[in-house]
Amino acid sequence: MKIYFGKLLKSMAVAMILFFAVTGTGLAADEGPIKLGIAGAHSGDLASYGIPSVRAAELAVEHRNAMNGVLGRKIELLVEDDVCKPEVATNTATKLVSQDVHVVVGHICSGATKAALGIYKDKKVITMSPSATNPALTQSGDYPNFYRTIASDDAQARLEVDFATDVLKLKKIAVLHDKGDYGKGLAEFAKQFIEQDKKAEVVLYEGVTPGAVDYSAVVQKIKRSDADCVIFGGYHPEASKIVMQMRKKKMDTVFISDDGVKDDTFIKVAGQYAEGVYATGPRDTSKNPIAIAAIAAHKEKFNGEDPGAFFLNAYAATLALLNAIEKAGSTDYDAVTKALQTEYVATPLGIIRFDDRGDAIGIGFSMYQVKNGVYTEIE
Amino acid sequence: MDWEYFFELLLGGLTRGSIYALIALGYTMVYGIIELINFAHGEIYMIGAFTALIFASILTLMGMNQLAVLVLASIAAVIYAAAYGFTVEKIAYKPLRHAPRLSPLISAIGMSIFLQNYVLLAQTSDFLPFPSLIPEFEFMEPVAHIISSAELLIIITTAVVMICLTILIKFTRLGKAMRATAQDRTMARLVGINVNRVISSTFVIGSALAAIGGILIASHIGMINFYIGFIAGIKAFTAAVLGGIGSIPGAVLGALVLGWTESFATGYVSSDYEDVFAFALLVLILIFRPAGILGRSTSQKV
Repeated sequence: MKIYFGKLLKSMAVAMILFFAVTGTGLAADEGPIKLGIAGAHSGDLASYGIPSVRAAELAVEHRNAMNGVLGRKIELLVEDDVCKPEVATNTATKLVSQDVHVVVGHICSGATKAALGIYKDKKVITMSPSATNPALTQSGDYPNFYRTIASDDAQARLEVDFATDVLKLKKIAVLHDKGDYGKGLAEFAKQFIEQDKKAEVVLYEGVTPGAVDYSAVVQKIKRSDADCVIFGGYHPEASKIVMQMRKKKMDTVFISDDGVKDDTFIKVAGQYAEGVYATGPRDTSKNPIAIAAIAAHKEKFNGEDPGAFFLNAYAATLALLNAIEKAGSTDYDAVTKALQTEYVATPLGIIRFDDRGDAIGIGFSMYQVKNGVYTEIE
Repeated sequence: MDWEYFFELLLGGLTRGSIYALIALGYTMVYGIIELINFAHGEIYMIGAFTALIFASILTLMGMNQLAVLVLASIAAVIYAAAYGFTVEKIAYKPLRHAPRLSPLISAIGMSIFLQNYVLLAQTSDFLPFPSLIPEFEFMEPVAHIISSAELLIIITTAVVMICLTILIKFTRLGKAMRATAQDRTMARLVGINVNRVISSTFVIGSALAAIGGILIASHIGMINFYIGFIAGIKAFTAAVLGGIGSIPGAVLGALVLGWTESFATGYVSSDYEDVFAFALLVLILIFRPAGILGRSTSQKV
């Protein structure tokens, strides 16, 4: 009996220690600061995409901490570099997870984001990217913990196709691209959407050679296909050559393109021929008061510098995450997920919430048209 | 068969081929004389276009009419590009004339990269709008949508330049000296031909032709940047090899064949395959006629 009693004591002791250990960490997690991870390229040749997100999070968190944090807890930033490389991103994610991060803003590049997401998913850490546009990240359904405050690559194609078929009521569409990753990706989505919708038909689908001496053969082909609209995926040098040759051949075919063409150089180069060209571009946020305040705060803190790429997207991601934690009342995964998908939050990009795949509702692209030498947003 | 479409593609290919021909002549002439592939030639074309842009802007500001601007800007571009061609030869090739054959080739590639970056720094990396210098007028209806005035001018200019060049080479003293130098440089020197002057003239003439090509194509497509010379140069070089490098009629024929191949491949197959067909043709011709369409296979000089 004595032996049994000793064993019981021992196991009780172990159980008691374990009990305290468990409750101990539990208490610590609830009372300590909220840990917000910032992951992305902070060094290397793509640092200019990542550093604005660090600054955005710093500014948003400073502002929030000055108002007593979230749920009465301070917010702590854990900044980790992934150099935009998938193999480094997995280490970055592991390190953040081992530091018990609650939510992460990041990563910046689509490839690195994809590599890191599995690690966060296993530990049930919500991740929100300001810049990863690869459509599969949300649409595949593989990463329920993933959100983003930027529209995915196919959103532009969707808008272009809807605009052509629903607003302009066009029936015959020629889809062209520049054979590049970006342009061809968009063109493939556009073609797929037109075929699915069955409101119009694709009369021509081709890639042009970037930098070619002239495009007269392609332009003749567009004319012969009898298309009433061209949807072009690519950048402005090719777009302006094609548009100019079309207009010189007296073709008034509608020309719709993407944010690679929504560039002032396009108007400068194509001149009078640019008039009437449609292009999608990120929604205009220059009148949003939160955006104005965030940019002003950035200029004040960083010697008048302009914020750079994805600054507002990262600011919006930080605000959305903190708001969701506050509305959920804890950092619990399920509660925060529910809050992200149901509660609207005011951000520099407008008032947003997230759909069940993780894409932001209320963020996206607008259609612009060249009128009198400037791109004008179409309501 | 849709003949109208066929003629559109034929004329489109002819326009494109004419431009390639103007540039290809520079490659082929230089190769014919000193057996050097002048990879900086595409950049001379680009510099011609930039000079024309600068002069055209200044002249337009001074209020000249379009035709005067076209003529004066062309003259300026031709002089400028010729000066560049002359200088490039003096700096990068003349000191290497007796060096192993690889050295001037590398020097040519170096010159090409240097000139690209020089224009990039001096001007801008952005695309610049090029004013349409060629007067636009309408033809009668069935012709109007097949060919524009700009395309017609490109084809006519190229034809005129070819005829002048043929006369120059066949009937002038300089032409004779050039042919003699091409045949045997040492022998030409022994009979009293100033070989250095002949080589310089070749560079000057080739560069002037490239500048004309630069103005015409820039005015036709309406935009230039520092990189346009690279792709045009590669295509023209291909045309010269296709026709038989060293042969002047060969360069023209090669350029037209290349232009038509690209135009018809785009028109009847897909523009995805434009370069595939063009370069597959090059490979095929080089397999069956290693010296090119009109090239003569020369035995290696001892």
